[in-house]
Amino acid sequence: MSETPKKASNEGFLWLLFSAGGVVAAILIPIQLFLFGLAFPLGWLPQPSYDHLVYLMSSPWVRLYLFVMCSLPLFHWAHRFRFTLYDGLQVKHLNEVIFAFCYGGALVGTVLAAYLLLSI
Amino acid sequence: MADKIVLEIARYAPERDDKPSFQSFEVPLRKEWVVLDALNYIKDKVDGTLTYRWSCRMGICGSCGMMVNGEPKLTCATFLTSYGNNATVRVEPLRYFPVIRDLVTALSDFLVKLQKVKPWLIHPNQPPLSAGEFLQTPEQLDLYKQFSMCINCTLCYAACPVVGLDQEFVGPAALALAQRYNLDNRDQGSAERLATLAHPDGIWGCTFVGECTRVCPKHVDPAGAIQQYKLTAALDWVKSFILPRGHKDAPQETAHD
Repeated sequence: MSETPKKASNEGFLWLLFSAGGVVAAILIPIQLFLFGLAFPLGWLPQPSYDHLVYLMSSPWVRLYLFVMCSLPLFHWAHRFRFTLYDGLQVKHLNEVIFAFCYGGALVGTVLAAYLLLSI
Repeated sequence: MADKIVLEIARYAPERDDKPSFQSFEVPLRKEWVVLDALNYIKDKVDGTLTYRWSCRMGICGSCGMMVNGEPKLTCATFLTSYGNNATVRVEPLRYFPVIRDLVTALSDFLVKLQKVKPWLIHPNQPPLSAGEFLQTPEQLDLYKQFSMCINCTLCYAACPVVGLDQEFVGPAALALAQRYNLDNRDQGSAERLATLAHPDGIWGCTFVGECTRVCPKHVDPAGAIQQYKLTAALDWVKSFILPRGHKDAPQETAHD
């Protein structure tokens, strides 16, 4: 048990992202899925028009909301998948590769989401 | 016609055996008997060489923890009748610990980990005894009381899959006990403990499986303690990031082992 406080600090940051992503994935995504996957297609709620949705996207708050909804759950996935690989497949010796793949993947997804949201 | 129950007990003598094997014993099934009573019956009447730890028989000493049908249990609190008449109950030493003999495990690694988290009151500027008692309100006591109920039985270590995968992991009981002292308003040692706790082998090793809490015979909730501490450590990281100067006495600098 060697002391590596710097690494420990990063773990705290990654865990905060993981937790925040878990909350977003558990609360916001089901609402989104309910609206766009069930309520609108099945006619439970009046379907917003395409133009109306594009208009909504012009608000920075809507973009921020969608950005948060895309990005944080990716970091939640990264953290969970990293430990799944560590403990499930017991490949902790590939730590650096796993770390880069998981958080790198989440970062790529985040950048892609930002790019798409800004280019609309 | 007396009811019976069969105990399949793991036997291992390092001077004789390469690996543990099982030996079956038939014991009377009595309504008021726990697994430990059956072990004592075997030791007294059938085979005096059977080796196991026990002391208080009342769930306080924490020494009679064993795997009973694959579950970590205090054998003094596990009734034979809960397994039914003519059942076979398998008794093994606690999982993930090195076995010394039969049902006795080596606790030295656990004790080293326990000591590392400094589970005692750290109070450098303690007032003299003449100053009187250190009074605590019921609310201050409630903050940590639950975590202080730990009896070091190590059932939570035998239940934790992370302990099984990573021998360096500090483990549930030690982390919960550290939190017990961190939350005590008489204690000033949280900064000293942080480097050991907020470490990949400390709280960050825990993946919140929650088995520790499920098997704890004293309802300590180590998983809850660890989650609570994860938030404390993460917010501490945020604070040190935002206020690097104001955070000078932060754990990293003061911790030393």
